[in-house]
Amino acid sequence: MSPQFIIDAAFIAAAFLFIYGLKRMSSPVTARSGIVVAGWGMLVAVLASFLYTFGVAEAAKPHLTTNAIVAAVALAIGVSWAWWSGKKVAMTAMPQMVALYNGMGGGSAAAIAAMVLLQPAVEGGHSGDLLHYGVTVFGGLIGAISLSGSLIAWAKLDERIKGTWRYTGLQAVNGAVMLITLGIGGWIVFAAGGHAPPMIVVGFFVAALVFGVFMTMPIGGADMPVVISLYNAFTGLAVGMEGYVLQNPALMIAGMVVGSAGTLLTLLMAKAMNRSVSNVIFSNFGATGGEAEGEIKGSMKPIDAGDAGIQMRYASKVIIAPGYGLAVAQAQHKLFEFVKLLQAADVDVKFAIHPVAGRMPGHMNVLLAEAGVPYDIIYDMEDINAEFKEADVAIVVGANDTVNPAARTNKSSPIYGMPILNVDMAKQVFVVKRGQGKGYSGVENELFFKDNTNMVYGDAQKVMVSMIQAVKSLDGGGH
Amino acid sequence: MEAHTVLTGFVALYIFMLAAFTGYEIIGRVPSILHTPLMSGSNFVHGIVVVGAIYATLNATTMLEQAIGFFGVLLGAGNAAGGYVVTERMLEMFKPSDKKKG
Repeated sequence: MSPQFIIDAAFIAAAFLFIYGLKRMSSPVTARSGIVVAGWGMLVAVLASFLYTFGVAEAAKPHLTTNAIVAAVALAIGVSWAWWSGKKVAMTAMPQMVALYNGMGGGSAAAIAAMVLLQPAVEGGHSGDLLHYGVTVFGGLIGAISLSGSLIAWAKLDERIKGTWRYTGLQAVNGAVMLITLGIGGWIVFAAGGHAPPMIVVGFFVAALVFGVFMTMPIGGADMPVVISLYNAFTGLAVGMEGYVLQNPALMIAGMVVGSAGTLLTLLMAKAMNRSVSNVIFSNFGATGGEAEGEIKGSMKPIDAGDAGIQMRYASKVIIAPGYGLAVAQAQHKLFEFVKLLQAADVDVKFAIHPVAGRMPGHMNVLLAEAGVPYDIIYDMEDINAEFKEADVAIVVGANDTVNPAARTNKSSPIYGMPILNVDMAKQVFVVKRGQGKGYSGVENELFFKDNTNMVYGDAQKVMVSMIQAVKSLDGGGH
Repeated sequence: MEAHTVLTGFVALYIFMLAAFTGYEIIGRVPSILHTPLMSGSNFVHGIVVVGAIYATLNATTMLEQAIGFFGVLLGAGNAAGGYVVTERMLEMFKPSDKKKG
């Protein structure tokens, strides 16, 4: 068997294992085995790729030892750093970690593109092949955007960068940067036929990276579910394109599967916000709000956490609507402890999850799973919205815009038309909230002023502890 | 190395088309409770890019290319390994009701 045969066999095995693994990941019962299956595919492909040493280009042969050492050392460092960081990251910090790993993949695809453009000998004679270099440049472009964009997303979610860029003429600046990037890329492909001087190639990637930064800086935290899954799709497409450039079907298949899956997920997220993807990326959301606000009648009525807890203890049906505030306060464990007390008192407790609650798609589900909440009491918005009117109590923990009834009724509101959780239809609503501020959209929440709403002010974790204590002392110090 | 399989533009388009439908079909049916692990799982899958980075690095001829190759492999390896670890950790947590009520 020639090395090339083994490589080809390993790659087709990897492609099969990836698809089969992803398929198994589509049900909670088989999901864990799915990632393990895909993991074997990756291991096989990476080990086989070192067989490439037996068939490098003539020009690279004198450098082969150094090259192999460079690749092996980089692989070892990359794997061990990522393994260590992935093991220790807290579940609440998962969105930024996923963004970071995703950006790294985009950077890797961009690096491949750069090497191809710097050394046309890498993949044999393609001199002047417009398709070949067009794909190389385009894949490199979206890979680089994904790298710098994901890094900004990571820094924002990790609160290393605070605030967002919002100034007049922002779109014009972004548009100019994009045109410059495309201009250099087009020059490399059409004018230079893929053989551009190194400085031009470097300039192209610098421009692409800058564009990724400029594109992501104006986007705020609550739009991150869309952004993260968009960059996931970008990296997938970039990998698929560089796979074509390197004539590697495993990269093409894996990249394209992820690219289309990521695109679908991005559209689902944008739909859940009743906005288009381009609206999320190119418009300054918070800036448009504010001015067209109607007067809200009534006032916010605070309630003691313990009293609210006891009221839920005597309810027969309670629905919980968590949001990003739950993650910030790390309150998921205490929340589930409280839920278990309610369940012991025969209260029917369900969780209602808005599709864009949190900072990445399905963020809340991960936090609740970490706390041990079984997934069969967790419901999607469309499955539970009809049940709110039968609920005695709906409790909102750290969510805001996703439960604002203005989205249903107030046509002048910037969030009008966005599907929301119908918590306001419950007989009694409790809102656990740190302060009296507005939500991400900058819109005042009508829910907080309704007659059947009471506010429980405080850090979600501390509030949950007070509720647990109140219910426990009522039930005679446990049961 | 001269790549021995020749994937012309149209063969590549067939592969891309079929792969795109595969991705769409697989993800389209996933319940939203699994959106995060699934996104992170697909994030892991595109970590296969490390294989391409290894190939390009082995074929490097200048210091600049070796430096870029180093970062390419480093980033790709981080994508693959990190994506695997966090996905596995998340999926391990998803459990149905049966075992609790202790």
